[in-house]
Amino acid sequence: MDTSAKNGVITRSDLPLRVINSTPETISRAQKKVRRSFRQIRTETVFRRTLTIMGLIMIILVLGILLTLIIQSLPSIKSLGLKYLWGKVWDPVQDIYGAWPFLLGTLLSSFLALIISIPFSLAVAIFLGEYYPKGWMPDFLKNAVELIAAVPSVIYGFWGLAVLVPIVRNLENHIGVEPVGVGIFSSSLILAIMIIPYAASLGRSMIQMVPSPLKEAAYGLGATRWEVIRSVVLPYTKSGLFAGILLSLGRALGETMAVTMVIGNTSLIPKNIFAPGNTMASVIANEFTEADKPVYLSALIELGLVLFLVTVVINLIGKKIIDRFTNE
Amino acid sequence: MESTIIKSKGFNASFGSNHVVKNVNIEIPRNHVIAVMGPSGCGKTTYLRCINRMHELIPGATSSGEMTINNENIYDMHPIFVRQKIGMVFQRPNPFPNLSIYDNVIAGYKLNGIRLPKAERDRIVEHSLTRVALWKEVKDALNKKGSFLSGGQQQRLCIARAVAMEPEVLLFDEPTSALDPISTSTVEELFHELKANYTLIIVTHNMQQAARVSDKTAFFYMGELVEYDETKIMFTNPKDKRTQNYITGRFS
Repeated sequence: MDTSAKNGVITRSDLPLRVINSTPETISRAQKKVRRSFRQIRTETVFRRTLTIMGLIMIILVLGILLTLIIQSLPSIKSLGLKYLWGKVWDPVQDIYGAWPFLLGTLLSSFLALIISIPFSLAVAIFLGEYYPKGWMPDFLKNAVELIAAVPSVIYGFWGLAVLVPIVRNLENHIGVEPVGVGIFSSSLILAIMIIPYAASLGRSMIQMVPSPLKEAAYGLGATRWEVIRSVVLPYTKSGLFAGILLSLGRALGETMAVTMVIGNTSLIPKNIFAPGNTMASVIANEFTEADKPVYLSALIELGLVLFLVTVVINLIGKKIIDRFTNE
Repeated sequence: MESTIIKSKGFNASFGSNHVVKNVNIEIPRNHVIAVMGPSGCGKTTYLRCINRMHELIPGATSSGEMTINNENIYDMHPIFVRQKIGMVFQRPNPFPNLSIYDNVIAGYKLNGIRLPKAERDRIVEHSLTRVALWKEVKDALNKKGSFLSGGQQQRLCIARAVAMEPEVLLFDEPTSALDPISTSTVEELFHELKANYTLIIVTHNMQQAARVSDKTAFFYMGELVEYDETKIMFTNPKDKRTQNYITGRFS
């Protein structure tokens, strides 16, 4: 009768048949408890199945999206082959499709944005995580940074056109490049602002998790705040900080609306970082409605597939680097 | 004749409106082991952390009154210099997990940006590890991470790290409370050897430990310094009723 014997785990075979078959009059209180446990087992099974199904749906969704992209871009893959990737000319009228200008534009604008944003996101993370975790000014800063992530990207596009582009044009006049204003550099600036919150908030929570005994050990040896941050906090959180930076890079690679509005939208290979260009996402957004030929449409979808794969590859590389950091 | 190294006069410390150390007057003689004991929450750890100005790192923490080392006011000095003169060992062993044993010992120099020739560093590492009776155990594993050592070894590594800076005073905040009995007795033996070169102030909640290791004992209760005397006198003939009650185990 002792069903709770095996570490409290009750399986069907542990339950005496007599309890299940007994009539209501003969059920003692202890036996009622056993029945309740039986119900709990069923709930547990249902719960576990629900979780498994939810997980499976997510996997199917991602694979489904990938599969759709592959199938839809098959016509373009068949007719254009691998040279699609490094083809330097994109001319739908002549049926010439080369993705290289957009691949370059995407990588250039994203990494430039990353380089611009890292000092800011690191500074915000350290400021909020270690220097001033409490007070009205840090609270305000924290909310402001979170708000940056909440603003719709089309608004960044507007702001970029109205404010940033004229400033960049001025700058270009000063340094003697063609003063277009719109271009890779402008979109990198916009992107840099947009991705700050991702690295900053992850970095902040990682920095707050540094055990205080470690920091106190360093303070106790006569270290200044900067020395504690440099020698204890940053080495301890490097993988988390890197993960945050990676997250923001992923965001930059895929950002569409704001970039489309300020990048200049030309299919030429950008000569320098101030030249106008296009990213994979902005080409898709701009030309999808104009694609009048099946191959054109398929070529655009293949662009999406390439973007998808670039994001996956960068994420995988990042995970490897994080693993190496943490196993050190 | 014994000379005083640390002296407090009318010293107070608080966390916001919570007054935890009240009007403490104490004179600590050079090259002695001083035990600071008392029930939990009596302000003994806070007082200890005031000596090397670690207390002020906590937001909202304040202090007032006089605290001197060699007749110089600690609160007129830069905290960085104070903490180089007054080393600290914490409750839980906290070696830097990303550094090797070797680098942990000279971490104080690295943190402070002091560059030393290799021979000098080697000498400091060997000297400090010998002082804490760890050299023989780790001399072939100096490049291993400090976190691979046992708890007691880690704590001795932390003491070596503090000793390496050649401070005048070493503060210990319940240094053995996270250790097993054997490691505890190794660390306690160390105290006797270390006092030849340093002044040791040890916070402990363990009365037997205070009786075993210290020359003088201070008893804190509710933020006040109730009694401060030679350890032998304190444990055989306490003057204050509260001390008597505490050491006879009437409260803890």
